[in-house]
Amino acid sequence: MARAATTTDAFNAVAEPRRREILDVLAGGERPVNDLVGLLGLAQPQVSKHLRVLREVGAVDVREEGRQRLYRLNGQALKPIHDWVRGYERSWSERFDRLDVVLEEIKQKEQGDGGDDK
Amino acid sequence: MAAMTSSGTAQVTLPTDEQILITREFDAPRHLVYEAYTTPELVKRWWSGHRGEMTVAEIDLRVGGAWRYVMVAEGGFEVAFHGEYREIVPNERIVMTEVFEGIPGVPGGEALNTVTFTEADGRTTLTVLVQHTRKEDRDSHINSGMEAGLQEAMDLLEQVALSLA
Repeated sequence: MARAATTTDAFNAVAEPRRREILDVLAGGERPVNDLVGLLGLAQPQVSKHLRVLREVGAVDVREEGRQRLYRLNGQALKPIHDWVRGYERSWSERFDRLDVVLEEIKQKEQGDGGDDK
Repeated sequence: MAAMTSSGTAQVTLPTDEQILITREFDAPRHLVYEAYTTPELVKRWWSGHRGEMTVAEIDLRVGGAWRYVMVAEGGFEVAFHGEYREIVPNERIVMTEVFEGIPGVPGGEALNTVTFTEADGRTTLTVLVQHTRKEDRDSHINSGMEAGLQEAMDLLEQVALSLA
């Protein structure tokens, strides 16, 4: 799958571990910057920088409430990543569907060994 | 006859930049899942999924022993993987390296796979943790799976289309 080389796609935006931590926190609900600073143990300028990258790819949305700016996760923007992994997941699912059949067979064989094997 | 024991799809997550974690539950005790995972004749029957026929499944199941799987994909090209067993706890855990024999001369990176078998109420949860050393290798690993998935989708589509003709 072709991917842009800049931070303007979701893949690169979440490639940074700290940004993934921010997304994890926001997955639990909307938060002001100060909460993120406290929870992640990062300086505010760093958190703001990460939030800016995440906003650029649409992974987080922001709204003003009084004097606070509240950030929240926008899962839709992360869908390309989800879709990317789904194809890989599918090939394992197909592999395991066949394993199910093999297991059923050796299970019956094992049960048969103890009794009247066909 | 098809066994109606499918326990849903495999779950794939990316715990870190270098990892892939695959989880799936099976309706069988773990010694049987382990047997199906480590017996060449049985591996040959499921490992390639719908992607082709397996022609080689060599398993030297001991620490330091080698394994090698080869499948012939639709279109006739061979896809091969090999590695070495690093840790073996029968019915519980296998740690093994995995190298995709991709393009000669192009290092694809060696992954370390940790396979665990956990049983509860006669059912087994299988997890495969794939640990790459570089994010690029992890990503291309996922891409290769995805391309295969797309190919299968196209093949199926073609079959459906032909049946309608």
